Amino acid sequence: MVQRVVILGGGTGGTLVANRLRHLLAATEAEITVIDQDDLHIYQPGLLFVPFGLVKVARLVRSRSGQLDSGVAFRQVGVDHVDIDHDQVVLADGSHLGYDVLVVATGAALRPEETEGLTGPGWRDRVHTFYDLAGATALSGAMAGFRGGRLVVNVVDMPIKCPVAPIEFVFLADWYFRRRGMRDRVELVYATPLDGVFTREVADRELAALLRRRDIEVVHEFNTGEVDGARGRLVGYDDRQVAFDLAVVVPLHAGAACIEHSPGLSSELGFVPADPATLRAKARPNVFVIGDAADLPSAKAGSVAHFQGDVVARNVAHTLAGEMLEAGFDGHTNCFIETGAGKAVLIDYNYDTEPLPGHYPGPVGLPLLRESRTNHLAKLLFEQFYWHVLLPGRPVPGVTAAMPTAGKDLRAVGSRAREETAGGY
Amino acid sequence: MATRTYDGTTVEVDSRGFFTDPAEWREAMAPAIAAEEGIPELTDRHWQVIKFMRHEYQDKGTGPTVRVLGRISGVGIKELYQLFPGGPAKVAARIAGIPKPQGCI
Repeated sequence: MVQRVVILGGGTGGTLVANRLRHLLAATEAEITVIDQDDLHIYQPGLLFVPFGLVKVARLVRSRSGQLDSGVAFRQVGVDHVDIDHDQVVLADGSHLGYDVLVVATGAALRPEETEGLTGPGWRDRVHTFYDLAGATALSGAMAGFRGGRLVVNVVDMPIKCPVAPIEFVFLADWYFRRRGMRDRVELVYATPLDGVFTREVADRELAALLRRRDIEVVHEFNTGEVDGARGRLVGYDDRQVAFDLAVVVPLHAGAACIEHSPGLSSELGFVPADPATLRAKARPNVFVIGDAADLPSAKAGSVAHFQGDVVARNVAHTLAGEMLEAGFDGHTNCFIETGAGKAVLIDYNYDTEPLPGHYPGPVGLPLLRESRTNHLAKLLFEQFYWHVLLPGRPVPGVTAAMPTAGKDLRAVGSRAREETAGGY
Repeated sequence: MATRTYDGTTVEVDSRGFFTDPAEWREAMAPAIAAEEGIPELTDRHWQVIKFMRHEYQDKGTGPTVRVLGRISGVGIKELYQLFPGGPAKVAARIAGIPKPQGCI
């Protein structure tokens, strides 16, 4: 009997899971349908470079359906909600689509309207974001026209997609204004809700040092209550104020509205709680989640969706066959952090292990936790890798879903981190 | 591992003063922890948040973020900052005897 797999979302996670599943299952075993409300697949890592004029927007967008295997059906239609009690998706046009297994790959949505004043006076003028295509494009104009003053980069609250991107933006801004010969006329400020610059200890130390070296002011534990674009200031819930001439704000994130409106499927913020190792949704045994849509203790990043893809595809196949699931995902995350001047830092970690110095993916490889030109070139090459290897779901020689330990300097961890690591091995 | 004594009982805490074992916490300890955070008296509104923190921790294994607190604890974000100056999620978690919230990945 042909079983029905429905995948909500044709972004990074949905696309690569659909393609991997098609390789695992014959057409006589399962039909695979990907649903999305539009046919625009955006290469999101590229958004960071748009404000600095380093990439053309048109290059970042391709067709969603064009990235899918010919054996995968694509339907361009909105989703109203999922009815997990009746194993069906209720579409925006009122029709229903039944499934045997559902994969939620709807990503994270930006909610700028949830912060007082953010989309009010000054929005798209002196208050910007680079987290979507329209925002990044508008910001490129504002950056080019900036004549000096205080540029404040602000993360309203976690969780956000790619938690290193705002730090990369500050590094690139430092380099951008140096190249324009006006760095001495720009104050760069990074205002974050965290008590460090990054949530993981060793990487936090390294990144904080890089920010200091570039004369970038960090405002810690700043919870933005209001953005006052007219007067040029961020107001914290604790009444602290951060003045700006140009603000680059990473808005609040939440799960997709259709998931938030699906009774019993998501947590308060619209993300889907799941088993951290099998990626099966806690709500139902025939629902899985991948990527930014998940409520998991791992970062919302493309690399995470990539490493999850293998586990999700195989566990969907196991579920269709009535087999046991594989507890295969270890929280593996891998991020290239642009630091400006054609260099980048690479970090690689998982649920239990901090980002450590050393090399990736093995003793001979890219340097970890250290600025290097090779890492920057690798980040640029990654764009081709994304379209031609990662999305089609092809295996990559030397790159495994599980985090590699060969090549890492495990002595670099502090005592607290070592205690945490001990549980993982 | 550091220890502190509240309400006559010695408990283990981490380097930032958060309970390592939430089972060691009792309601009678809360006023002394609150005093260390500069909160002289715990009102009913404080207790509403503290009990919500305990409940969330038992349910999910980690304390809620400020944003989640503001959405579902019944106390708005502005008031949370007035009740627990310096960071409601962290301060209330400490007073409620649960580990520092991980919410920020």
